[in-house]
Amino acid sequence: MADRSGREISSAIAVPAGQRKRHSALVRVTHWITTLAFLALLLSGGEIVLSHPRFYWGETGNVNTRPWLNLHLPSSRDTVPTGYGYVLPDENGWSRYLHFQAAWLAVGTGLLYLLFGFFAGHFRRNLFPAASDLSMKPLGASLLRHLRFERPDKEEAWSYNMLQRLTYLFVIFVLFPLMIWTGLAMSFGFTSEFPWAVRLLGGQQTARSLHFLVTILLVLFLFIHVLMVFVAGFRNRMRAMITGRATPPTE
Amino acid sequence: MSNIPRRKFITTGLAVAAGASGIAVAAKVAQHHGLLPPDAGGIYGPGEALTYAAQRILGRHSMAREFSSTEISTSPFANEVDPLGDEFKRLQAANFVEWRVTVDGMAARPTSFSLAELRSFPTSTQVTMIGCEEGWTYIAEWTGVPLSHILDRVGALSGVRYVVYRSIQLDWWESVDMADALHPQTLLAHRMNGSELPVPFGGPVRMRVPRQLGYKNVKYINRVTLTDNLKPFGKGRGGAAADGGYAWYAGI
Repeated sequence: MADRSGREISSAIAVPAGQRKRHSALVRVTHWITTLAFLALLLSGGEIVLSHPRFYWGETGNVNTRPWLNLHLPSSRDTVPTGYGYVLPDENGWSRYLHFQAAWLAVGTGLLYLLFGFFAGHFRRNLFPAASDLSMKPLGASLLRHLRFERPDKEEAWSYNMLQRLTYLFVIFVLFPLMIWTGLAMSFGFTSEFPWAVRLLGGQQTARSLHFLVTILLVLFLFIHVLMVFVAGFRNRMRAMITGRATPPTE
Repeated sequence: MSNIPRRKFITTGLAVAAGASGIAVAAKVAQHHGLLPPDAGGIYGPGEALTYAAQRILGRHSMAREFSSTEISTSPFANEVDPLGDEFKRLQAANFVEWRVTVDGMAARPTSFSLAELRSFPTSTQVTMIGCEEGWTYIAEWTGVPLSHILDRVGALSGVRYVVYRSIQLDWWESVDMADALHPQTLLAHRMNGSELPVPFGGPVRMRVPRQLGYKNVKYINRVTLTDNLKPFGKGRGGAAADGGYAWYAGI
């Protein structure tokens, strides 16, 4: 190799002709670990809900009290009045094990991502919007393009558009922390040490209800996120998130 | 070829090796400080060990939340238990005067206490929440003998690491570490909401461990064993729930 300047070497080795760098290795790795952990949490969490598919506000709630939400699903416990003539098998043992292990994985990955995001400039470069971009007009136009399922323009192949940025920021800095907080607020060991964590939320059952409601928001996000990947071009976007490289859009 | 990929390969290899040995060292240190739960093996071992160690490091002496008496649930839920056996029914018919709690194992003075003796010991009262791993909760006032008082009475030996407690119900038992066994809120509860503990809620005597979930709060206690090793009990995972695939530590 004649030229040892990092940029040329890495582009000569890593990026085939016609492709450009899109996502850093750390973003890709944390993205897929988070995906794995999220699916494990969703599966095991849904399973745990089946042992008591009713939700309450405040501190206490059980089959003798009125729920604000009854999912009307069959249950894995015969003590829950469901209206179904059968009881599902008890899968809470492995579900709870998996839920907490996946939660540790998600939290660890999230911390790594946050460090990278703040110190390596990922947030500044790719997520934090410039103040000038936050006016209603371009945001409205972007929203309209999304609602029409229009393919993104050329520029968006290389960075996130404003709607994307705001959504990702909301998921990363609002929904994920809320999920962790409401989850920990249900742990007796945790709330013994940090009682305000559950008191601030309004009680043990409120924490459980919020944990469930934020799950619905995250599933909604997942659904739209995957839909948008298809709208924007599934192969190219998947290649970008797996190999880190993308092909410029042809028009 | 450039030496960059090889360098990358070597650094990645070193990082993986360092990570693996780091985990091995962490596990050894955790073991030494009693921070590994008995179910720390297997695929869910890492998550379980992290939860248990984190909660023991952060709040070994933390107190479960206590509530005001106005917050006591008007409709608590007893949950169901397997049908109570003939032995229980015989004792119940005689108003539990013959009920005994035998304390044995690593004790200088193993003793069998009658219910009347237990009731005569100093009591502690708490208004705390009981929560099931299924997700439901209620709040009640519990009164009972602190387990630490019983351990003092029988002269617990210094090497005790776990307290195993059994129900009169066959195959219903659990255990706690010394952080919970000596914790002031851990009670052999015999009263609830100002009355004798009702049978559906575990009367005449129930273990109350308010920093852990309902399944550690075993009903109908008639035996307590002090030990330094959970291996000989059941499948060696420290409790009937753990033997059945649940986590031994239920602080989460």
